[in-house]
Order: sequence, then structure tokens, then C-alpha cells
Amino acid sequence: MDFGPHLLLASLEGAVAAAILALTAIGLSIVFGVMRVVNVAHGEFYMIGAVIAWWVASIVGTHPALGFVAALVVAPLIVGMLAATADKFILQKIDYDPDRTIVATIGLLYIIQQITLMTFGPEARPVQPPFNTRLALPWFEFGENGFEMYWPWGLSITSYKLFVIFAAIAIMLALWMLMTRTKIGLIMRATQQDSDMAKAFGIPVNRVYSWVFGLGAGLAAAGAVLVVPMQQAHYLMGHDPLLLSFIVVIIGGLGSLPGTVIAAILIGMSDGIISVFFSPTLAKIIATLVVAMVLVFRPNGLMGRSN
Amino acid sequence: MLEINNIHVAYGRVKTLYGVSLHAKAGEILCLLGRNGAGKTTIMKSIMGLLPISEGDISLDGQTISNFPTHEIPRRRIGYIPQGRRLFPELTVAENIEIGLMTCKEDHHTRDWVLDIFPILGERLDQLAMTLSGGEQQMLATARALCLRPRVLLLDEPTEGLQPSMIEQIRQVIIRMKEEGVAIILVEQRVDAILSIADQVVFIENGRNLETMDADTLRANPEILTHHLGV
Repeated sequence: MDFGPHLLLASLEGAVAAAILALTAIGLSIVFGVMRVVNVAHGEFYMIGAVIAWWVASIVGTHPALGFVAALVVAPLIVGMLAATADKFILQKIDYDPDRTIVATIGLLYIIQQITLMTFGPEARPVQPPFNTRLALPWFEFGENGFEMYWPWGLSITSYKLFVIFAAIAIMLALWMLMTRTKIGLIMRATQQDSDMAKAFGIPVNRVYSWVFGLGAGLAAAGAVLVVPMQQAHYLMGHDPLLLSFIVVIIGGLGSLPGTVIAAILIGMSDGIISVFFSPTLAKIIATLVVAMVLVFRPNGLMGRSN
Repeated sequence: MLEINNIHVAYGRVKTLYGVSLHAKAGEILCLLGRNGAGKTTIMKSIMGLLPISEGDISLDGQTISNFPTHEIPRRRIGYIPQGRRLFPELTVAENIEIGLMTCKEDHHTRDWVLDIFPILGERLDQLAMTLSGGEQQMLATARALCLRPRVLLLDEPTEGLQPSMIEQIRQVIIRMKEEGVAIILVEQRVDAILSIADQVVFIENGRNLETMDADTLRANPEILTHHLGV
């Protein structure tokens, strides 16, 4: 395949990675932005989302699309409730102390991971995509007869991957609407800006924190449900999304949702392209180098503000 | 109406209040005076439940409120205008007002009422709070607190950094609230601006009540101010 079509193919793979990463990283970012909690267990909420997706899909089982839709609704809900419960019984008890929340969420990471290993087992398990038609893509070149269109061999994407991109965009738009157009979003933004004043105006901040922690975990789970038809559910699958989410959140600016989306597109696309042309390991090395550069030259990230 | 009985408060291990007692009555302005660091702002924060009380209690109409979670205090219609305004800077004027209205049942009517008191805010509804001038920010902080339709209003240095015309406007609002029967506790460095409207004055020093007197007595004997505050 020529370089041009090959680059388009890599970019599409990158766009799929960016879409999943944006969803997962926004969950981490929203938790840090509103609660100032560094949630080290975020990757495990992603993993649990994938495992629940497999479980729901295998129970419903009649048609892949039915199982997938059920998983897309049920998995984020269950994971969100699990996270909200963890917030109530763990993070609230330690008064959201920054140091202790890191230790507590590390503990949560291992508890979730080991319980999953004991119950779900060590095997990787697949979830069938609801649809998976391969769509050939055209390429345009300026040749002897002017502008020509042809169909390079191998330049294609599955309909499911396109769906993932659009589904992630739809979920992010819904989140944006929630944050900017609803009373719940207003309460979350006020709590983020000054939690003491939010309390002084009748906002039950601890309840808001539980909802936000649940929402963050639910977004990670939604990302996992979208990814699991392309990448099997496994009890150790939370590591990479956690690392990449931290990279994205730091580059985008801690707590900045637009910054997180921009950084997710940058890192996801570069990860996809470098993985296709070189290797996934090199992609991770470059992403980590970018974080180091950002921390040196722009410590608050692309769109973060100094406190 | 609002009674503070012998409260002791600490910031971590540093104790700042040692048995302060106050009584704010409906339709009266109780003014807290004292040097910087005397504990006036700590008293305000303690009433709002933002600082835990280790001894003593605070009650509203005989019901103890000092054991309530902080977010329950404004639901008892206690409005707070903190020192430095503490607006939600990245929310618009309309959103800051909406936060104030969240605990109020008749919110549409109340919104019109506060915008009638501060008409300039009606022209700035879509503007971010952080982009307002100092005076407009103070108006917004006051409007946000009035959205609770307060029975008790706590004002912590409401004239700080304001020009004289703005100070007069805030003063008029305080007088209006007093006339409507609101119990007002006021902390103010600019004694000249508020002494004429105060009913009761409590001098606070080193976290303790130093002296309580009628404002009339203080107006008749201004040397007391020099004696307690050095002004």
C-alpha cells in the first residue's frame, strides 16, 4: 500500500484509540477537577466495565446487538454505583485527604483486580460486536487524467470501529450538555470552583462527590464496553488505559475537559499512527516523552490553570 | 433569634475562639469589632458550619444548628456574604444567582426581587463573575446571599475595597434588610460606615468577648473605639 492510504488507515485506527481514550481520560479528569482526587483505581473501573459487558452479553446472548446494547447501558450503571459506594465508604471516611486517597485508590485497584481474577478467572474473553461489516475506503490522487479515485487493496475500516468513534463523540456531547445546560452540571461546576461556598449555599458536597466519582468510573466503563468487541476482556486490561489517561490528563491540563479531549486526540492519533508505522512500544515511549516535555515547559498542561 | 453560646473553635491545633457568646435579634444589626486576627471571621465561619465547634453551641430560634452538616445551615435561611466575596468565578452572574436560589422555594419571584435591588446585575447576567468590577462582585455576593430570603444575614467586611458610592449602596441594602426584620451580624473594619446603622456592638479580642454595648453608647463615647481598637 502507498504511504498516503497507509497513513489514512493508521489515522482511522488512531481515531478509534483517541475516542476510547478521550472517554476514559475525561472520567479521570472530571474526578480530579471536581474532587481533587487522583484515582489510581480508574483503570480497574474500566476493566470491570469490560468484564460486566462480557457477562451481560453472555447472559442476554440471543443476538450480539441486543447483548451489546444491554452491556452499554448496564455496565456503566453498575460500575458507577460501585464507584459511588467506594467513595462513600472509603474516600469520605478519609476526608478526601490527597495523600491518603492515592493510597486508598491503590488499595482499591488491587481489591478489584484480585476479586475479578478470583471470580472471572485469568482468561481473556471476547464480546461479539453488534455489527462488523468491512467498509472499503476510496483514495484520491492527481494523475495523468486529472483527479482520480481508486480503491487501494487493504484500505478499509469496520462499521463497528466507525460506530465507536461516533458513539464516543455522542457520549462526550451528552456529558458537555450535562455540565453546561443542567442544574446537576451547575452544581458540579460550583463545587469544583469552591466547595466551601457550595456548602454555604446548601449544596451537599459529599453527595456531589459520590455522583462525580460514579460518573467518572461510568465513563471509563462506557469506554471499556465500546472497546471490548475489539479487544477481549481480561483482568489485567486496566493498566494501559490508566497510564494513557494520566498522560492525557496531564498534557491536557488537570481538570480541564476541553484540554483532556484535545490531548486524547493528540495521544490517541499519535499512538495509532506510530503503532502502525513503527511499534506500539515506541508510541508509548513518545507519549511519555511528551508528558515530560509538557511538565518542563508547560507545567499546567495545554489548557490547565495555575492554582 | 440566633444565639451563640460559649463557642470554642480551633483551626487544626491552633485554637482561635475561647468561649464567644452573641445574640442576634430579628430586625437588629449586631456589629463585631476587633483588630485583625481577633476571631471575627472565625465566628462567621463557625455559624455557617465551615469550622467545627469543639465546645458550646449555636442555636436558631431555640433549635441547635451547630451539629447540622454545613449544607443544612443555609436551608435554615442563614445567608452568608464572606470576606473577599468568594463568588464562583467561572460561573456567570445568572449561574451564581441560580446557586443562591437552589435552596429557595419561590425562586422565580426571588430572582426578580434581587435583580430589582441590584439592577446592574440584570445587565450582566451572561458575564462571568470574575470579569465584574469589585463593586459589582460585592453586589453579586450580596444578591446571592439574599436569594436565600435570609432570616439571618452574615456580612464579613462587605465594604472592603469599595468606592464610597458603592459602600453607600451596600449600606442601604443592609438597612433595607434590617427593616424587613432580618437579624444581621456584620464584621466591618470601616467603623464609620456602619456605626450609624448598628444596634449592638460586640468587641472581640484574642478570640474572646471583650465588651458588648448598645451602638448608641458607642456613638456617644467614641473614645471607646480608640481604647479598644486604637482608631
